[in-house]
Amino acid sequence: MAVLVDKNTRLLVQGITGTSGAFHTRQAIAYGTNVVAGVVPGKGGTKFDDNVPIFDTVADAIHATGANASVVYVPPPFAADAIMECADNELALCVAITEGIPVLDMLRVKQFLAGHRTRLIGPNCPGIITPGQCKIGIMPGHIHKPGNVAVLSRSGTLTYEAVGQLTALGIGQSTCIGIGGDPIKGTDFIDALTLFAEDPDTHAIIMIGEIGGSAEEEAAAWIKANLKKPVIGFIAGLTAPPGRRMGHAGAIISGGKGTGQSKIAAFEENGIRVAPTPGDLASTLLKVWQPK
Amino acid sequence: MKIHEYQAKQLFAQYGVPVPEGYAAFSVPEAMAAADKLPGPVWVVKAQIHAGGRGLGGGVKVCKSKEEVRERSQQILGMMLKTHQTGPEGQLVRRLYIEGGADIKRELYLGMLLDRDVGKIVVMASTEGGMNIEDVAHNTPELISKVWIDPSVGVQAFQGRALAFKLGMTGKTVNAFVKTLNSLYELYMAKDCSLVEINPLVVQGDGSVIALDGKVNFDDNAMYRHPDIMAFRDLDEEDPREIEASKYDLNYVHLDGNVGCLVNGAGLAMATMDILKHYGSEPANFLDVGGGATAEKVTAAFKIILSDKRVHAIFVNIFGGIMKCDTIAEGVVTAAKEVGLDRPLVVRLEGTNVELGKQILRDSGLPILTGNDMKDGAQKAVEAAKQYAAAHA
Repeated sequence: MAVLVDKNTRLLVQGITGTSGAFHTRQAIAYGTNVVAGVVPGKGGTKFDDNVPIFDTVADAIHATGANASVVYVPPPFAADAIMECADNELALCVAITEGIPVLDMLRVKQFLAGHRTRLIGPNCPGIITPGQCKIGIMPGHIHKPGNVAVLSRSGTLTYEAVGQLTALGIGQSTCIGIGGDPIKGTDFIDALTLFAEDPDTHAIIMIGEIGGSAEEEAAAWIKANLKKPVIGFIAGLTAPPGRRMGHAGAIISGGKGTGQSKIAAFEENGIRVAPTPGDLASTLLKVWQPK
Repeated sequence: MKIHEYQAKQLFAQYGVPVPEGYAAFSVPEAMAAADKLPGPVWVVKAQIHAGGRGLGGGVKVCKSKEEVRERSQQILGMMLKTHQTGPEGQLVRRLYIEGGADIKRELYLGMLLDRDVGKIVVMASTEGGMNIEDVAHNTPELISKVWIDPSVGVQAFQGRALAFKLGMTGKTVNAFVKTLNSLYELYMAKDCSLVEINPLVVQGDGSVIALDGKVNFDDNAMYRHPDIMAFRDLDEEDPREIEASKYDLNYVHLDGNVGCLVNGAGLAMATMDILKHYGSEPANFLDVGGGATAEKVTAAFKIILSDKRVHAIFVNIFGGIMKCDTIAEGVVTAAKEVGLDRPLVVRLEGTNVELGKQILRDSGLPILTGNDMKDGAQKAVEAAKQYAAAHA
């Protein structure tokens, strides 16, 4: 067992013929992900790499291939539309990698999703991976190792940093989810933590947040009230000045809210140990949990 | 993206938010021509810079005669205006706004922005107009009233009325406020704003409302569909290094420390700044080269970092995922040779093709220090910066 994606995931790729869609689809197939379809309006009936059938619509792709998850590599002006097409067809999972979707587009998407069963991960995220089974997104597959630690993060490369440190110590991962750096997103920390809480393969969790918003504070309180598994945390952006956007659209301290200090305080008050530096993620976890 | 007050007021007028009559001026004669178009007996000369707090810094002056308009315009144009948002050196004033006076009975606050926790636009209104709203929120949060807008139907009249009554409005002022709120929301949605603020919103003696100041920020990600807003961009108000970085699609923010950073990924870039601080240095910048960095982008990033003379060492911290370490190493070596490496460089590479990348760095013959992991690299960069500073003191 794992969370959300495994050997049974049948993936369709929205935007499979674009530069990054094509590149990451090849990487995913090489990793062992079961890529069953591509969707590119106007290119239906052709094949990607003489291998993956391409359809004009998500509905056609599902009907022909039984796809049960989607990944979106569509450019920002068209990404919101792609996500909503996915939700309109009630796919179980939609992973939006696209960076740079306008906030007001996501405001409408979020509203639209409320009437549908599709779970959205992202946008502006590295994706989700269950090591050894299914990789959806842009993370480097080879640094992962199957195991029992879940990694949950707003940042892509910091997720890799955590995974790299774990694997170097011989500790594997159950499922790693990058929830993305945008202010409006599909799956939030608490949504993902709820899944990890119920997953028997997940024994411990590394949760990586960053400045901006108050999702980390809310997650910390939720963890104390609901989660029996060990969790350690890290917050990026302690040195970031207020009012400046730090790359991610969501990484901004505004109105005195969303500071790194308040997030670390919330972690510590709720019994979550915080790694002193981003170089100490795995070693901090080992202080509260030992692999069997 | 930010714009000037006079540009914000153009948008306000376009969407039906009442504003005083006013004209932008780039010189004293233009300021006088603007004053001639206004009836008096009061004129307001306002410095146009992107930072807030202009009044306290001496950038806003009320004048009782046109001769005073001339004097004040001469004083303010070309001054280095210092406010709590400009930094200690201040910002050069290149533009003025000459405006008519208002009959001020009450000063209120009205603002609109995304509440990311609920995924809706929130409207904030307060009786404490003219104050820094962040201070009000911190000290007297009970004086701020909020309503959240359902994106499927937009702002509703009952929400406007609720705020108006909380602000103590009566009579025709209530409807004038509701209309202003509708206009503001229409602007927010039509132009992909990220913040719209009227501070103060003034209630005049005749019961009408008018926007005495205006601030509008926009969502950078949406500017591709708003060429009219992009035309408002004033490059004089932006850090030249940040403008240069944006040409290469680099996310760069200038900071005040002395260790330059070059990192892939926003989260790792922030964490790299934090770990430098942890070991006793301050970062000179935030720099995310992104996922698809080429040698050209890395070269550009290097030049930008080295153009900051306060930089005493550079820390390159890369966790190559899809991006290969050998590509980064080639970019670093090319850049270092092209730009001339006059300050210590520490490189930490991890991930795809890491051995190949390290080999390229070794073979380059450049005096590059290698970080074995993030902690090791950060410590070496901090140490190198201290030694460089001591040697060049």
